[in-house]
Parts: sequence; structure tokens; C-alpha cells
Amino acid sequence: MPAGSPQQSAICARGIVRDFQTGQTTLRVLHGIDTDIRPGEMTYLVGESGSGKTTLISIMCGILWPTQGEVKVFGTDIYKLSDTELVQFRLDNIGFIFQQYNLIPSIDAAANAAVPLIARGMDVASAREQAKVLLDKLNIGDQADKLPRQLSGGQQQRVAIARALVHEPRLVVCDEPTAALDARSGRRVMDLLREVAVAPDRACIIVTHDNRIFDLADRILVLEDGRVTHDGTDMPEDH
Amino acid sequence: MLWIAIRMLTGDPQKFYGLLFGIGFSTLLITQQLTIFVNLVERGASGVYNAPEAQVWVMDPVSRTTDVNYAMPSTALDQVRSVPGVEWAVPHIRSAASVRTRNGDLEQVAIIGVDDATLIGLPKNLYVGAKDVLSQPDSVIIDDGGAINMFGADVDPVGERLELNDQRAVIRGIADTIPAFTSTAVLYTKYSRALNYVPGTRNRLSFVLVGVVDGETPENVAAKIEQQTGLKAETRDEFARAGIDFIIQNTGIPTNFGITVVLGFVVGVAIVGLTFSLFIRDNIKQFGALKAIGVTNAKIVRMVGVQAGLVGAVGYSLGVVGTAVFLWSFSGNPFFKGFYIPWQVPLISLVAVILILAITGWLALRSVLSTEPAAVFR
Repeated sequence: MPAGSPQQSAICARGIVRDFQTGQTTLRVLHGIDTDIRPGEMTYLVGESGSGKTTLISIMCGILWPTQGEVKVFGTDIYKLSDTELVQFRLDNIGFIFQQYNLIPSIDAAANAAVPLIARGMDVASAREQAKVLLDKLNIGDQADKLPRQLSGGQQQRVAIARALVHEPRLVVCDEPTAALDARSGRRVMDLLREVAVAPDRACIIVTHDNRIFDLADRILVLEDGRVTHDGTDMPEDH
Repeated sequence: MLWIAIRMLTGDPQKFYGLLFGIGFSTLLITQQLTIFVNLVERGASGVYNAPEAQVWVMDPVSRTTDVNYAMPSTALDQVRSVPGVEWAVPHIRSAASVRTRNGDLEQVAIIGVDDATLIGLPKNLYVGAKDVLSQPDSVIIDDGGAINMFGADVDPVGERLELNDQRAVIRGIADTIPAFTSTAVLYTKYSRALNYVPGTRNRLSFVLVGVVDGETPENVAAKIEQQTGLKAETRDEFARAGIDFIIQNTGIPTNFGITVVLGFVVGVAIVGLTFSLFIRDNIKQFGALKAIGVTNAKIVRMVGVQAGLVGAVGYSLGVVGTAVFLWSFSGNPFFKGFYIPWQVPLISLVAVILILAITGWLALRSVLSTEPAAVFR
């Protein structure tokens, strides 16, 4: 799909520029990026450290303001929303999977997975029940009452996936989901993500530089020095 | 989210108990020290409260408290009795004396001489004996705290003979009194006998105790007495207050207790501030993740507020209960007799706890609120 048809895009980013101030120096990390993320696809955002992929994903999901440009997520120009509206938009529409999982250590797996529902005002018991259904689907239903420290890394990853999906968001954002896993576990997680996170009405963006899983992508965007240098279904030859 | 906030707090027992300790210790220190301070300075009024019938105290204009007094001529009694509104007026002597015990020990005591006929000026209750024992020759009644200080807790002082100004005195009763500010024993006797026990001076009358007629207020009668006699007259409450003020103004007690209370506050801020900051720092990633997921800053503030509130409520309760247990466990000690926790003291402690939590909570919150949600991707 060509860029510029936001009504069909999950994310439509136009002219994204982001500067960071370090002392007297202004560092431009993103140089006017135009791109669209389509629903029903697993899109990889790939690049070396410092290429700007974390900055771009942060801007795309509404947690970092761009210096210039606009981002429409499912048609909503998210940086024209008020702070409160933007937070609510994220809560309603976006699921996050963090590299370090960032589970709350003192609540059990079910409660961790239920956090977005609890944040939306659902009572704890109902939210946990709903989260348990998803944990069952992710094959860790029997671990629902355990604290994160009682779970293996892979199990914690699944809890984090459950937390990202429990409120049925339209956009799922994953940050280096396989960075801490061996190749086999990494592929298993990606298979799982494809199974549960990719849907016709849902977009899934994965930030990664793990070349072991590149073949699982529907689409790969390569970032170099703050610019998209490749947009295709495979990695370019020179990477 | 508040449930999550509480679980985050209680799920880290080390820091949770550290916070409870900080608040509890601060509350205990502030409440206990303020309680002791209030009870101690209130003892400056014990001389007034131990003579419950007197509604107005009349004295020389330079007299300041029951213990700091300047004797008046005996004619002052008749002057006071002539004032309209005075129902009755009786002489009252309070003086220091040296007493020699049977063992030959020398002790300083306070002699209080009460009206011979009515015995007005005696404490309301006696532990041992009855008020009319003062009708027997050479009788004195000793206060309960003084009896223990002078003879020890295991010795019954009744029947003990003392030598006062070369006169014999026999203890025939023990009074239930509000302890004085000093630990000096107090001997109650009749006014006429007290004149023999204290070294002679031209003027001996320390106070005139006054009761007012029905329909008159003590304030009015005191004003009339002052106007008509030129003496100083204070109501019971005014004179009690004067005794308390005298201690506050003339001793280092307020400074010493004040320093301890301030230290309690500072220790609270230090312990709670440090522990709270560590707790927030340890959970900063989780707070960042919550912000990214879609938890507003207002909800984060409420979460930290609930955490502070829980720590405050439990820690404060522990501190106040600790103070009560402290007073209860020392209730058998004569020094702590009658000690109570005035309602204002827990209120002051509560304000201190709220301040501690507000300061430390605000400091801790700053780092949470300034954390960008995007930080979770770094």
C-alpha cells in the first residue's frame, strides 16, 4: 500500500523529526520519516543501535512527542490529543511488550496480566479471571497464581504478552521480545506472537535486531541514521 | 490501581517494615515526649489541683505560684473575708522545711498548713487514714510520692516520727495527690501546727483560699478582692495556668523536649524519605511501564498517596499504641502517676506524620512523575 492513505493504515507517520538536546548540541535522531504500518501484518523495525528505532517506535505509540510531524493511529492524530486523552488512547488501543518485561514483582502472574483492565477500572477479581483465560491460551494458566520471580524468563515473557493483549488493543508494540532468549525460545515466542497478536484488525510492530527471526516478518523496515533505508518483506542483501 | 499500589508496597517487606518503623518511631518519639512534657509542666499546677475546694487564691501581689510565694500579714485573711461575694476564706501556708527522720537523715520537705477548722486545702482523697487524723497531736499527712521517696516503696510510713524545727511530727495518713513538679515530699498539717514547723518570720500567711457565694463567678469575686484589698487574686484555673507558665518560662524543659520532638520529626523524614526513595527507585521501571500502558499521572499520584497513607496509618497507630503501652508499663512508677495522653498530643503527632509523608512522598513522586514513559524502551 502506498504511503499517504491513512484511512487504511494502522499507523500513518508523516515527516517525523525528533531532536534531542545534549548540552549546547542538538542531535537529530529522526530525519523526516514517512511510513505506514498496516493491520494484519507483523512489521519488524530493524536497525543497529543508535539508528533511531526505539525513538521511532516510542513516537509511533504515543509515548514520545516528535519535534515535527504527525502520527495517526487508526485515524487519530495522537499528538493533537490532550495529555489525558493520549494516555487514555494508549490504554484503549495499544498493548506493550517490553524487553525487560517490567512485571510488577509483588503481584501474581494473573494480576500482572490484568493490569490494563484494572487501569481501565475493572474490579481486580474480574480482571484476573479475564487474564487467566488468556494465560491459559498462552499455556501458562497453571502459573497464574505465581509471582514473577517464581517464573522462568520464557514464562515471564508470556505474562508480558498476556498483559499486552488482555484488553484487546488494535496495536501491539514489542521491544526486542527475543533479546534475552535462545534461538529456539525466540522463535517459539515469535510464533506465539503471530498466533495471538496478529489479526486482520490489529497491527503488530516489533523492534528487533535479532537476525534469527527476520524470516518470520511480514514486512521489514530498516532504519539507518534516522532514515528508513529499506521497506520490504525480506532483509536487504547487504544486512 | 490502588490495590496494585498496596501490593507493590507490602510485597517488599524490607522497605514496608522500614517505612513502618520510621513513621512508628517518629510518632512514638513525638507523642511520648510531648506527653511527658505536658504532664510534667502540668505538675506546676498540682498545688492548685490538690486543694480542690478553693475557687479563688489570694496572695501577695509578688507571689507567682503555689511554690513561689511571698507571705502576707495575717490581717489579709480578714480583709478578704470582708469582700462581698466571698462565702468563706481560710488561711493556707506553704513553706519549705528541713526534716530529720528516725534514722537521722535530713530531708527537704514542703509543709502545707490547712485551715484548722474546716481542713480546706487538703487533697480530696487519702490512701491511708482519714482527714480527721490531723486532730490528733503532732499529726501530719504525707503525700504518696513523698512517702515512697522518703521511706521507700516497701515501708509503711504511717506511725513514723519526724523532727521538724525541733518539733515532733507523726505521720498518720497518706494522701492521694497529683505529684508536684519536684520530688520533694509534702507534709500536710493544720495551719496552727504548721506555724510551729516552719522557721518563724513576721508574716506567715502564704495564701487565702476563697469560696464564692452562689450566683457569683470566681472571676468577679477575684476582681473585687483585688480592688478592695490590693492583694492579688486569681481563679483556680488562672492560678493553675500561672504555675504551668512559670515552669515553661523558668526551666529548660520546653527546649529539651522541643529538641527531642524536632529530632523525632527529622529522624522520621530521614528514615521514611530514604526508604520511600529507595522503594520508588526500585519500582521506577514498573511505574514507567504503567505510564506507558496508560496510567495517568493523577492515578500514579493516588497510588503513591495510598502507599503513604497505608504506611502513615499503620505506623502512626503503632506509635500511639507504643506510647500508651509505655505509659501503662510505667504506671506503677510514682514519677508517672496520673500521666495521660492529652487529645491534642496525638493530633500534633498526626500532623507531624502527615507532614513527614507529604515531604517524603513529594520527593519520591518527583522522580516518578518526571519519568518519561518512553524510558521503558531504553
